[in-house]
Amino acid sequence: MSEDREAPALLGAAHTDPPEPQDAEDLFVSVACVTECPEAARLSAEDLSPGSDGHKDPDDPDDPDDLFAEATEEVSLDSPERQPILSDGPSPAITPVTPVTISPRLDVFDRSLDQDDEEEENRDTLDIQISVSDPEKVGDGMNAFMVYKVTTKTSLSIFSRDEVCVKRRFSDFLGLHSKLASKYMHMGFIVPPAPEKSIVGMTKVKVGKEDLSSVEFVEKRRSALERYLLRTVKHPALLKDPDVLQFLESSELPRAVSTQALSGAGILRMVNKAADAVNKMTIKMNESDAWFEEKQQQFENLDVQLRKLHASVESLVCHRKELSVNTAAFAKSAAMLGNSEDHTALSRALSQLAEVEEKIDQLHQEQANADFYLISELLGDYVRLITAVRGVFDQRMKTWGKWQDAQLMLQRKREAEAKLQYASKPEKLQQARDEIREWEGKVQQGERDFEQISRNIRREVGQFEKERVKDFRVVIMKYLESLVHSQQQLIKYWEAFLPEAKAIA
Amino acid sequence: MMQEGLDDGPDFLSEEDRGPRAVNVDLQTDATLQVDISDALSERDKVKFTVHTKSTLPNFKQNEFSVVRQHEEFIWLHDSFVENEEYAGYIIPPAPPKPDFDASREKLQKLGEGEGSMTKEEFTKMKQELEAEYLAIFKKTVAMHEVFLCRVAAHPVLRKDLNFHVFLEYNQDLSVRGKNKKEKLEDFFKNVVKSADGVLVAGVKDVDDFFEHEKTFLLEYHNRVKDSSAKSDRMIRSHKNAADDINRIASTLYTLGTQDSTDLCKFFLKVSELFEKTRKIEARVAADEDLKLADLLKYYLRESQAAKDLLYRRGRALVDYENANKALDKARAKNKDVLQAETTQQVCCQKFEKISESAKQELIDFKTRRVAAFRKNLVELAELELKHAKGNLQLLQSCLGVLKGDT
Repeated sequence: MSEDREAPALLGAAHTDPPEPQDAEDLFVSVACVTECPEAARLSAEDLSPGSDGHKDPDDPDDPDDLFAEATEEVSLDSPERQPILSDGPSPAITPVTPVTISPRLDVFDRSLDQDDEEEENRDTLDIQISVSDPEKVGDGMNAFMVYKVTTKTSLSIFSRDEVCVKRRFSDFLGLHSKLASKYMHMGFIVPPAPEKSIVGMTKVKVGKEDLSSVEFVEKRRSALERYLLRTVKHPALLKDPDVLQFLESSELPRAVSTQALSGAGILRMVNKAADAVNKMTIKMNESDAWFEEKQQQFENLDVQLRKLHASVESLVCHRKELSVNTAAFAKSAAMLGNSEDHTALSRALSQLAEVEEKIDQLHQEQANADFYLISELLGDYVRLITAVRGVFDQRMKTWGKWQDAQLMLQRKREAEAKLQYASKPEKLQQARDEIREWEGKVQQGERDFEQISRNIRREVGQFEKERVKDFRVVIMKYLESLVHSQQQLIKYWEAFLPEAKAIA
Repeated sequence: MMQEGLDDGPDFLSEEDRGPRAVNVDLQTDATLQVDISDALSERDKVKFTVHTKSTLPNFKQNEFSVVRQHEEFIWLHDSFVENEEYAGYIIPPAPPKPDFDASREKLQKLGEGEGSMTKEEFTKMKQELEAEYLAIFKKTVAMHEVFLCRVAAHPVLRKDLNFHVFLEYNQDLSVRGKNKKEKLEDFFKNVVKSADGVLVAGVKDVDDFFEHEKTFLLEYHNRVKDSSAKSDRMIRSHKNAADDINRIASTLYTLGTQDSTDLCKFFLKVSELFEKTRKIEARVAADEDLKLADLLKYYLRESQAAKDLLYRRGRALVDYENANKALDKARAKNKDVLQAETTQQVCCQKFEKISESAKQELIDFKTRRVAAFRKNLVELAELELKHAKGNLQLLQSCLGVLKGDT
């Protein structure tokens, strides 16, 4: 678990060795019971990326005793770090009390700008290569499945070896994504979505049809899985996540049955999705931060356009494949025509035409593949990514909702206490006062969570947009270069044919 | 010849379109008789062609004149040739196909219905596309009608035909109505009988090697041309579909470019612009392939059919001749109606020999024309493909240069 790594650092221990599960576990257990959201602690793992080792966050305490002292400072609403991010919204009725129940990990949530930059650099020069290859069919009939070899080559220290090879099946990838999503999405992290299931595609493969479409399907899936893994490890928090590491390194992985649509977990997922949809409609958030509103609108627009573009590109791929097939048919027909032509020079020219057209049909086929693998798949990935981004915004809304609910509760408790003041029931009064304190804490936490997720989302979106710009640029340039190559080939072919045509006497 | 520049002007027939059209070549354009279609008007359900004649022949009242003709009048002229026994020994220039704007009109109608579901720019773009398509079909039908007339005018015998002169000169409506249902049915049965007969006649082995070879050759050639014509049509249609997709992609990229908040906006706009231009070129490639390849094949499909018809007529005459010989022998043996049999035999013999003589020359001419037409069109096809590929390449490379410079 990632707690392993944070505990040593917070205690000032050098952290170049792989974590010792046993000791850290104990240390963290004591700390964990104090915090309200243990998963939040894992966030600190980001701070401990190899690059930032030498660089200490000024708030990063070396002394465990100071943990809480630091925490106390952070809770103040007037803290300067908070100001730019905090909206004017929250109810002023909440007094800045500092309950002991606040998570001690808060300090590590506030990342300095320097750390962010370094993270970004690390993203660009990430020294890790992952490839998904060698699809193999295991088993027979409807129980068959494809197994892929996942090879990781890296010099990063969090990995146990320089090069690791494991065998994974599709449901393993889905399982990984499911775990990551449940851990990180509610904190505002954009977790890259896994490739989609395809009943039709897989059934063909299972049934054992060795035809072109099932070969293409497997290749498409293999490529998608590779892209998925690469995107996942690009995210600094996810790279260090133990589930990710386990996925990449350990030879045996427990079978992820909860990813099956009809499993208990699957049904739970569907119920949750429905609940979320209802929530979305009922929560009317007072958006006081224009940035979020703007971004949400932008992503909505982007979603619409990308889907449209994706549809057009898929249509192009289809038509180009058709063109390739029809050109091949024409080539054969022209060859036959050339054969039956009794004028020798014309006959030869027609055969040459047939050859040119055959080469052109190959060209069309290659171009269709480029269309597909470069552009269409990229667009498909981004359509799914944008859905994840929008999901993260929805999470923020949910967090806000929780906070508001806590405030309402607190209000009620206060009112109840006020009533009890005149009822002279001392035990009940004390209980009410205790409850107030409890809910004040929850309100604080809610606000903190909300600010945290807002902060995270800003950072994530910034990173996401950077990646998006890079991805699109790179892919589109590659695509244009493939078009250039096609045209150059075309010119070659027709230039070769022209003298033949002129030679018809 | 017809679609050189990237942008076609709105006028239907520009200067460069005059003169003999793309498909057929090698026509003697001598001063004695020059025919062309100088103008054309597309109305709701018909096309009006202005047939323009320049001639030094004495039988015309003037040296230069024009009349307006419709498709049915072309068909009437063609049919009059086919039905004329005197022309049995010639390859009758195939009739031009009926102008068919239905598909295009349907698309324009669908576009009109779907106007609400697309942006204004998209709508204007698609409308322009469809209008260009309509124009292309229109130009094609004009070309085919003109080729027919030019072929007739170039033929040493057919050019003297009286009906042809009336067609060219008579400036009133020829009152040739299209065939009504009864006549169409008659035609249908005539064709059935003809093709059945054709099989019988074709079965008769010809003594003359030349004609025997031509028979086998034409049969196979005709079928292969039919196949190639169909396949080239399909290929070109796919090409057009792909170009349409690129059009949509360019539009969406443009929208993305205007909406994007990152550096990508400039990028998208530039690429959108690029695709707009390359799309136009791709559409042009498809159009040129249509003109130089598909139309060529379609034309020779019809011409090879006309040549086959000639062979059939000759074969029919041969069978008649052989039957007449047999009848004569019988009559002589029975010594009954000998004179009548002799006359019949003479007539058949003359008919057969007349057809054979001219048929041989016709078929040789057919080959020469065919080779020349293929040569011209294949060369032009290759040159146009090269031109477009180079154009595309240049656009792509310059765009890549700009984009790389921006990063």
